[in-house]
Amino acid sequence: MAEVWVLGEVRDGALRPTTHELVTAARALAGGEPVRALLVGSDLAAAAEGVRGVDGLLLMDDPRLAAYSPDGYARAIAQLVAERAPEVILAAASARGRDLAPRVAAHAGGAVASDVVAVERVDGTIQALRPIFAGKALARVRVDGRPAVITLRPNSVPATEDDGAQPPVERVALGEYAAGAVVTAVERSASVRPDVAEAEIIVSGGRGIGGPEHFALIEALADALGAAVGASRAVVDAGWRPHGDQVGQTGKTVSPRLYVACGISGAVQHLAGMKTSQVIVAINKDAEAPIFAVADYGIVGDVFEVIPALTEAVRAARNG
Amino acid sequence: MIKQVPDTATRIQDRVKDGTVDTDGVTWIVSPYDEYAVEEALRIRERHGGTVTLVSLGPERAQAALKDMLALGADEAVHLWDPAFDGLGPRATARVLAAAARKLPYDLILAGWKGVDHDEGLVPIYLAHELDIPHASFVVKVAFADGRADVTREIEGGRERLDVALPAVLTAQKGLNEVRYASLKGIMAVKRKEIPTWDAAAIGLDPAELPERGVAWLGVERPPDRKAGRRIQGTPSEAAAELVRLLRDEAKVL
Repeated sequence: MAEVWVLGEVRDGALRPTTHELVTAARALAGGEPVRALLVGSDLAAAAEGVRGVDGLLLMDDPRLAAYSPDGYARAIAQLVAERAPEVILAAASARGRDLAPRVAAHAGGAVASDVVAVERVDGTIQALRPIFAGKALARVRVDGRPAVITLRPNSVPATEDDGAQPPVERVALGEYAAGAVVTAVERSASVRPDVAEAEIIVSGGRGIGGPEHFALIEALADALGAAVGASRAVVDAGWRPHGDQVGQTGKTVSPRLYVACGISGAVQHLAGMKTSQVIVAINKDAEAPIFAVADYGIVGDVFEVIPALTEAVRAARNG
Repeated sequence: MIKQVPDTATRIQDRVKDGTVDTDGVTWIVSPYDEYAVEEALRIRERHGGTVTLVSLGPERAQAALKDMLALGADEAVHLWDPAFDGLGPRATARVLAAAARKLPYDLILAGWKGVDHDEGLVPIYLAHELDIPHASFVVKVAFADGRADVTREIEGGRERLDVALPAVLTAQKGLNEVRYASLKGIMAVKRKEIPTWDAAAIGLDPAELPERGVAWLGVERPPDRKAGRRIQGTPSEAAAELVRLLRDEAKVL
């Protein structure tokens, strides 16, 4: 039977929300065939309770899997894949998913389509849409290898609805285990804001913000919106913001629901990284800035006046 | 391991024709993440000794990419090309790189986490699989002790530290280092340098036995154009209030 699997992602014992998006994509691909989620790790009971919308849950829960290992996890997953032969494996296009997918596929003799924004069945084939050149172009690919391993970009499909039903759980044993690279510590960033790669709303700042000290304006707006803070390459290269915040061709390529570009002129590398956002807002004092050509809503004005006003307006709307 | 890609300033969207990207006349550069990998290799050599060997698979023009990186101070370079290598998929590319790596002594293989052209991020990890060695991806920090690597990788909202047995493949993320500039002396020195080209036979490969693509490219499309929307007028507070209203009632994203 041709099953579609979802490789769920667990961090700190909790299921990561991207897993629910994978289930939506898996359901659409399965067309009535069974959808199964697979969780790999140790002490998975709490994470397992979060899984919904699937026909079955495979739990590979073993103390030896307490610390993540790219090669160790990949071999463990591949062993199960060899036994059960799922047709498709969906994983998140995340630091974890992109790390594991190629290794699992290589072990299992399958093929990977990375960082896809859409996947569908066309005349019995599995086809996906992948942004290339950071979104300056889109490639349509047909995944012929089996298993077809697909990493899905966060925010590409809606999360599956909670139907309230717990899927039947099947525990699967881990065989021999060896790991060459093993996580020894996880450091969380001090920020409580969402990560730019996964956020539903992003507020980004560019050179027009004037200096690192003025990013407090951006942060205040981001916090009012519950958003991540992004940055242009110029600002990151100047050392104003950490590298992980950069949006663009040599940074994160993102598709949030709302992208607010503040003091960003809109270099082609930056536009490539955020053009697939659902709604784009641009705030810039230069009415000719290229960012306005892709923005749904634009305000030509001084960021030092407009951003605080916008923060106030958002707060008022949220409280009202 | 470095890859030559079109300059990131290239307007690729205007070069999408007949289902492919026309790269005729583009400026070719070393993929920026590969530059971080080369820079880190040089820094590791400065701290721990050893030699830095560059490897690139690509047509004749890849020689220029290798020379650019040799000018930064790398010791050796190998160019991999054979007409049979044209259009290889990531699995086959990794197989070729692995065959070359086996002919070169190595303790560590560094590469960018992806090429900024097809954005797949597959080849270095496939390479680790081919060589049956561990890997760590999105690396932002590396240290060594007792024949092992202490590696920090970027994850969403934080970092993971890994203990990695060597040899291993590490893929570079932005933030790993700042890439140096080539010195005039370095640039002059590589001008006369001959870079050997190894074909399939030279690395003991039968091209007929390379893995199939597994993923077929059906065509490349221009992304849907975004239209410039509306400009919101008024004083900052008027414009802000109007924007919030539009985001809530019209765009429905708040």
